[in-house]
Amino acid sequence: MLLINCPYCGVAAEETELHAGGEAHLKRFGPDSSDDDFTGYLFHRENPKGVHFERWRHVNGCGKWFHAARCTNTLEVFGTYKAQTTEPPKDILDTIRAKRPGFNWRDIA
Amino acid sequence: MSNAALALGGATFDGLVKIEELAGQGMITLRGDLTDKTIVKAVKDVFGVTLPGTRETTLASNMGALWMSPDEALLLCPYEEAQQRGNELAAKLSDAHALVVNVSDARAVFQLKGRALREVIAKLAPVDMSPDAFQPGMVRRTRMAQVAAAFWMDDTNTARVVCFRSVAAYVFGILSASADDASAVNYFTR
Amino acid sequence: MSTRVQTQGRLINRNRPVSFKFNGTLMKGYQGDTLASALLANDQMLMGRSFKYHRPRGVVASGSEEPNALVNLGTGNQIEPNQRATTTEIFHGLTATSQNHWPSLEYDVGIVNNVLSRFLSAGFYYKMFIHPRPFWKHIYEPFIRHSAGLGKAPDAEARDEDRYEHFYAFTDVLVIGGGVAGLQSALTAARAGAKVLLLEQTAHLGGRAPVDGGTIDGMTPEAWVEKARAELAAMPNAQIRTRTMGAGVYDHGYVLGYERLTDHAPEVAGPRHRLWRIRAAQIITATGAIERPLSFAGNDIPGVMLASAVRDYLVNYGVSPGDRTVVVTNNDDAYRTAIALVRAGLKVPAILDARPQGGGALMEEAKALGIRVETGSAAVKVKGAKRVHSVCRGVQAGEGEVLEEIFCDAVAMSGGWSPVVHLWSHCGGKLTWDTDQAAFRPDHDRAPTSHDGKPFVITSGAADGAFHLNDVLQNAANAGQAAAGRVGAETGDSAAPSGVAPDEAPLVPVWMMPQGAQKKLRMKAWLDYQNDVKVSDVQLAAQEGFESVEHTKRYTTLGMATDQGKISNINGLATLAKALDAEIPQVGTTTFRPPYTPISMGAIAGEARGEIFQPIRKTPMYDWHDAHGAHWEPVGHWRRPYAFLRSGESVHDAVNREVNATRKSLGLLDASTLGKIIVKGPDAGRFLDMLYTNMMSTLKVGKCRYGLMCSENGFLSDDGVVARIDEDTFLCHTTTGGADRIHAHMEEWLQTEWWDWKVWTVNATEQFAQVAVVGPNARKLLEKLGGMDVSKEALAFMEWKDGELGGFPVRAYRISFSGELSYEIAVPANLGRAFWDKLIEVGKEWDITPYGTEALHIMRAEKGFIMIGDETDGTVIPQDLGLDWAISKKKEDYIGKRAQARSHMTDPKRWKLVGLETLDGSVLQDGAYAIADGVNENGQTNTEGRVTSTYHSPTLNKGIAMGLVLNGPDRMGEVISFTNGDNPAKKARIVGPVFFDPEGEKQNV
Repeated sequence: MLLINCPYCGVAAEETELHAGGEAHLKRFGPDSSDDDFTGYLFHRENPKGVHFERWRHVNGCGKWFHAARCTNTLEVFGTYKAQTTEPPKDILDTIRAKRPGFNWRDIA
Repeated sequence: MSNAALALGGATFDGLVKIEELAGQGMITLRGDLTDKTIVKAVKDVFGVTLPGTRETTLASNMGALWMSPDEALLLCPYEEAQQRGNELAAKLSDAHALVVNVSDARAVFQLKGRALREVIAKLAPVDMSPDAFQPGMVRRTRMAQVAAAFWMDDTNTARVVCFRSVAAYVFGILSASADDASAVNYFTR
Repeated sequence: MSTRVQTQGRLINRNRPVSFKFNGTLMKGYQGDTLASALLANDQMLMGRSFKYHRPRGVVASGSEEPNALVNLGTGNQIEPNQRATTTEIFHGLTATSQNHWPSLEYDVGIVNNVLSRFLSAGFYYKMFIHPRPFWKHIYEPFIRHSAGLGKAPDAEARDEDRYEHFYAFTDVLVIGGGVAGLQSALTAARAGAKVLLLEQTAHLGGRAPVDGGTIDGMTPEAWVEKARAELAAMPNAQIRTRTMGAGVYDHGYVLGYERLTDHAPEVAGPRHRLWRIRAAQIITATGAIERPLSFAGNDIPGVMLASAVRDYLVNYGVSPGDRTVVVTNNDDAYRTAIALVRAGLKVPAILDARPQGGGALMEEAKALGIRVETGSAAVKVKGAKRVHSVCRGVQAGEGEVLEEIFCDAVAMSGGWSPVVHLWSHCGGKLTWDTDQAAFRPDHDRAPTSHDGKPFVITSGAADGAFHLNDVLQNAANAGQAAAGRVGAETGDSAAPSGVAPDEAPLVPVWMMPQGAQKKLRMKAWLDYQNDVKVSDVQLAAQEGFESVEHTKRYTTLGMATDQGKISNINGLATLAKALDAEIPQVGTTTFRPPYTPISMGAIAGEARGEIFQPIRKTPMYDWHDAHGAHWEPVGHWRRPYAFLRSGESVHDAVNREVNATRKSLGLLDASTLGKIIVKGPDAGRFLDMLYTNMMSTLKVGKCRYGLMCSENGFLSDDGVVARIDEDTFLCHTTTGGADRIHAHMEEWLQTEWWDWKVWTVNATEQFAQVAVVGPNARKLLEKLGGMDVSKEALAFMEWKDGELGGFPVRAYRISFSGELSYEIAVPANLGRAFWDKLIEVGKEWDITPYGTEALHIMRAEKGFIMIGDETDGTVIPQDLGLDWAISKKKEDYIGKRAQARSHMTDPKRWKLVGLETLDGSVLQDGAYAIADGVNENGQTNTEGRVTSTYHSPTLNKGIAMGLVLNGPDRMGEVISFTNGDNPAKKARIVGPVFFDPEGEKQNV
């Protein structure tokens, strides 16, 4: 059972306190968007065997949404960070790059 | 008000710890930036306590404040005063971006008294209850068995557990089962 | 015969006799006995029958790896099948019965399978029962299920009378296994300052060391174990739990521990089992090793046991499995058994050692005791039926020529030792093949890793492949030091006590005995005792092309029984490797999965049973409802009255009465479960405009508006009335089931998309008890209560107001879900019951009638109001329901707007909401389909709609329904057919969805 640090309250929360929210850093497309953009936003998701950026909510806890950089294969958590951002923070990317040379995710390498 | 009824009418259980559904616990939810000076001052003025740091409590006799999240606190006061103090706080914060809601009736509060309170809680919540990890002055929002709950310690012998009113019977049930006299674990208290 | 000897028995208390029953016979053992040792002491070697061939089976092992000695324990509600006699501590009054036989253990009809065994080879069932197809379900399967299976499941109506619980524990270092390795690891880690928790599955610490002998720091192992225990017990940072098995290792250092508190003492109060949910930074598995059987013909005849088990029964329990025991081995360790037996005054006619050169110091010791040692020898076969009769000796290098028949009543066999790597492997630890030991052991370079990407499991002692006592202790100390270092404790030193024991000569791997055994012998050489898998079965699987070990496992069922192949796996895959002419490491192992041995369902469920099986949410008026005939309906975790039944009244009658009373005079509904979310801030209006399909920012203070919420993919997700409390504040009502979900939905958008918007939310659902006062006399009742002005002028339809009624502080909303004059009145929850009582009392004048959810549903359906979950199912958009009036055309955006513009959503062929009236006035079936012409590509009848809500309307005295129908709104008056279960289709006319008071005259007064 996963153990993930909530960046808001500092609790190392076990999975039963958390709610998984799928892929992080989706860009919302609204009424004026093209079919392709909207379909991409609504349906298309990364599915890496490796580092992934995910949304989690500390639902049985402080209630905050946060993001986690986690390897879907080894389950290593490279870091968690607050949800009010459109891209992963540099320090977490540096950590991942150091541990996983050649890593890439969407257009991040 | 005289015909106010607690969810369980003040239920009690005596086992590894003494459990009591508390009457008279007023609770007010404050949503706002807990570091905002206006908000800190207003809370201090109305409730007499400073806003606590992350996962901390500030308690002073029958008043207090519990950290719920970076933008939420649960303020404690006597039940009869809750609406009034809530209104007062809301008035002081009319120009600030904050939301004050009296939730005294939305919750049930149980007091746990006794040396074994740590292990009674540890049977239900995925939280490290050892004395080096959890102490008076801290609050934890978590899950107890199948429902959301929060608890804090008033002193080494006393804790309060708060849950939603609708599940008061369930929470009282799981607390009582965990406090069964014949079920001591002696993990923290040996 | 097996019997109790006068000496030894370190774990039993001869002053404390214990009586128990086995298959109805009263037997005697001693406190400290396991059921297996006590049965052996009573000469009950035959303990069960095998799964497939019903062969007589005796106990093979002495611990949790036991495959044969499974019994039903207990009686009545407390019966539990498949319990291992070897891990069951006896107590006064224990009742056990043997399994898998009919009519009795001694005389079993199923043994006919044994005679037919040459026809029941690997894959027999797959091959035999595949044709004809329908026979499987109706003939073969029921028959096989009846005759197969081990223990009997308890009666379906039986209720476990015991209690269980969970416990969450956190530690730096968790040590699993309380043998000398586990104790040493725990000592080293705890001395360095780490917080240590040690689990031992049995009641005793020390593991095998006290049986195997040697000295530790000059002490007997037993004395050292006691010293180590005392030191740990005195440390504030260390704890030991016996009778607690480390059942499984999971991601990120999560471990399940299975504590058996009262299995050995049922008279003791308290929980029977406790499931420890442990989070450990580092886990040391000191789980020891398991001895392997040897594969020779007749190796399953009762009396053939693992050499270590024979020694355990003698030393620990003072039980001798036989007067004359032949030892068969490929290693030195089994010599200890021969030596122990002879020293206890028992006979060992011969030691058959498969190694041409024999062993080392232990062999010399045995010879000095006068024991005959035959090197390069094999047990060609064991003779006997329900008991060993003799061993036929041959040469290991041969094909099975019998040189000599040695008479005996027990055989102690040893094929070497396999480290217990299960817990290392549960979470991904990899193995390496140790050629010298002929065993898999943990590959330290490929340890399981935790959330930080670092290893979190360390193996210790025999579990790591260290077998000599001195190596075990040093290895264990190293493990303890490594764990302490990883958790940041001061790295103490890794000094270990010195273990003195004889040096052992290397073993020689033996996977078949004799190595060239003919087929006749191989067909009687068992690998998996519990599932009756033989050497010849695995060879057949290989011959038929099952090259992967995972496939072979499933084809032959090797290792798939309740023991999960603890003693059979390595022998099985070595046999497979040989048959495939491959190396053992290339064939690999099957996956080790938790739990290590089965754990009780009760432990998994923990406290969740009876009243606290799940949370039941109750409104403040719950007790009143319960006392007044509430027929309960679960709505999520809430319980709501479906109807209030009066004495002698049917549910249907009650519902009709409630609807009629409400429409004619006055009804009362407990609406407390409706969600009430407060949304506040300068951007609250803008936020609600995004959340709802209609415009909320224009709502005037004091007014209410009905709104719809969609998900981002356009589907209708919730509805409810929004009230504007002040310029900055709104109160959003949600459906009963929607409160938590919609509050989470709001928080999600605020936190993750519009985090710069100034909006706060609080879910205040439970702060208020809410009561709907409904019916033509609703206003009269409130006026009689007195307080606020509730006239049409002061409080018009779709307005709200704070005030006081009958002395209660209230917020009154003029909203209606029934089409009647209706007020929903909120009071603080703690006043809910008193307010309800007051309404009931004062309302008597108008025959006030509490109604339940069914009356609510009927009245809303009569009015054509949709219900989330009836008219919606996650694929319905508001436009399908004719709710276009509630969708703002002015707004640039709202959640779901873009999706509703997708081509499929704007397709005119989407089914649309209409009302339906049967021609004969009867009620349509819920979910019934409208039948269209022709069939689809699968030959199924085409459909053109379905019923979403259907009721008998007491108001109109006929069946009414709503449904989604192709081009429905354009087909008013048309008659279409609906499925009706197995009965002929029903005809219904398409009508408008509002059946009652379409002008809304009743509610707007």
